[in-house]
Amino acid sequence: MTERELKRKSVEYRKKILKYIYGAKAGHTGGSLSCIDILNVLYNSVLNVSPEDFDSPDRDRYIQSKGHCVEALYVVLADKGFFPEADLETLCKYQSHYIGHPTRKVHGVEQNTGALGHGLSLSVGNAIAARLDRKSYRVFTLLGDGELPEGSNWEAALTASHYKLDNLCAIIDHNKLQISGRTIDVCNTDPIDKKFESFGWAVREVDGHDHRQLREAFDSLPFEPDKPSLIIAHTVKGKGISYMEGQLKWHHGVPGEDQYRAAQLELDEVMETI
Amino acid sequence: MGALEEIKSETQVVGLANLETFSNTLQALAENDKHIIVVTSDSRGSGKLVPFGAKFPEQLIEIGIAEQNLVGVAAGIASTGKKVFAVSPACFLTARSFEQIKNDVAYSDNPVNLIGISAGVSYGALGSTHHSLHDFAALRAVNNLIIAAPADNFETEQAIKQAAALDKPVYLRFGKKNMPHLPSTAERTFEFGKGREVLRGEDLVIIATGEAVYPALEAAERLHSGYQLQSSVVSMHTIKPLDYDLLAKVAQKGVPIITVEEHSIYGGLGEACASFLMENGFNNKFKIIGIPDEYTVTGSQNDIFNHYGISGEGITQVALTLLK
Ligand SMILES: Cc1ncc(C[n+]2csc(CCOP(=O)(O)OP(=O)(O)O)c2C)c(N)n1
Ligand SMILES: [Mg+2]
Repeated sequence: MTERELKRKSVEYRKKILKYIYGAKAGHTGGSLSCIDILNVLYNSVLNVSPEDFDSPDRDRYIQSKGHCVEALYVVLADKGFFPEADLETLCKYQSHYIGHPTRKVHGVEQNTGALGHGLSLSVGNAIAARLDRKSYRVFTLLGDGELPEGSNWEAALTASHYKLDNLCAIIDHNKLQISGRTIDVCNTDPIDKKFESFGWAVREVDGHDHRQLREAFDSLPFEPDKPSLIIAHTVKGKGISYMEGQLKWHHGVPGEDQYRAAQLELDEVMETI
Repeated sequence: MGALEEIKSETQVVGLANLETFSNTLQALAENDKHIIVVTSDSRGSGKLVPFGAKFPEQLIEIGIAEQNLVGVAAGIASTGKKVFAVSPACFLTARSFEQIKNDVAYSDNPVNLIGISAGVSYGALGSTHHSLHDFAALRAVNNLIIAAPADNFETEQAIKQAAALDKPVYLRFGKKNMPHLPSTAERTFEFGKGREVLRGEDLVIIATGEAVYPALEAAERLHSGYQLQSSVVSMHTIKPLDYDLLAKVAQKGVPIITVEEHSIYGGLGEACASFLMENGFNNKFKIIGIPDEYTVTGSQNDIFNHYGISGEGITQVALTLLK
């Protein structure tokens, strides 16, 4: 996909994230908007996955550890043809399969996440299995920065370097916010790069909204042979909607009617310039 | 006990969410007690504890998203004689931190008050990762832990005050929905391990806990107005230790017993009652209403309650079948 196409996709995805959150009157708006460029680049130019071959044992694996931002994932999976987009009109409604966290009942979802701090261990498991099966697929997982204090992440980080899993790539959506406040104020995890490096990982930092930087990072995996790779993606929570950017309350805030219209308008205007 | 009409009008007075009563009560306690310590895991907002943190910044310890650590740290603080409230969504608090609860709190007898917020299916469409339908079952098997689910604001306030005063490990769970008050004609006393018969009747017994008590009262009302049946309704707020005296008393009527809980039908209030009744020779007709052993349907807490018959209508139907 060209850079322009990717850019247009991101705007389209943002519009849809807002549409379905608005329709469901529920969802994790800020974090979905902060990670959507990462998912866009992954699904449109990195991952070897498709709806037709989703049962292939050779497919790449993507596990979303920050499961609460499922709206970003659903919108991208619908776009890739895993299910009809209209299904998302049932998001979070009575008897829908589209609940507010990733579920394997939805085609294209690898694992049921939502409790934070599970994705990295699951991904390590996939990466170990790839080794055992002599398969060349790669495993990607997306973590929130607020979820890093879960001890399981650090246990998994150790296992990943112990087994030299250079088929594993973790991405941290480093939007610097969680529910209660700034991540440095809630539980300071800085410096993330040094911590992971000391755990035996190869680390790169990128602007998580810059498709070229993201692509370059993904294209140069593994960053070092025999080491798991970590991409620290610097992002803005609520990215793309000026009144949401960097604002705590949009973690799971749902826009009202006027706010919704203003947000769609802002995105339409951006689309016209691309 | 009051007439049903009276109860009906009273239960229509909707109070605060029990969650809110919890945070108000805790703030009131902390006014005079600097040993009240709250420990949170990025949960102060969902625990309605932002005002508490603003007012008593030294008495709120933020751990970040690390529930195992939350409970271990809480136990360490509690062991020094402080009154610790470890507050986190019930789903994570009781699953993620189970071993810390078992060893560091209960076994080591560190008197932590474990507060499971947004319990049961309060998180609705966020799905199973966020539901706590296992907490009674898992924690009942842990020695040295009081387990309770207050039904209304009164029970919540009392439970928090008594938990603070008690030098024992306690697990309390409640939801975030505004709760109607239970009939004020019921005895206004609250004690862990003593159920409250909030309505008296001779035809049927409904034993419920937490947010399932209100639907039980609704069923009692329907059974009365539609079928002239008088139900006894028990708010069995404490799951452990269970009030065996009250159970025996209501079972002696020989009438059908229905239990209702926002929990798996396995291992919770219902099975706790069933084992007591069987072991003690009661053979009342008996039915457990709760969440069955399946992928929980998607929907709001209300949708889920209605789907599985944790509702005035659902309980009424079960009652009529048992009374046939
Ligand atoms: C184990 C666990 N604890 C708590 C939560 C509740 N929770 C959902 S999102 C969230 C904040 C996540 O912050 P972060 O990882 O930074 O995500 P983002 O900013 O990308 O939305 C919390 C505490 C959870 N889902 N799982
Ligand atoms: Mg974050």
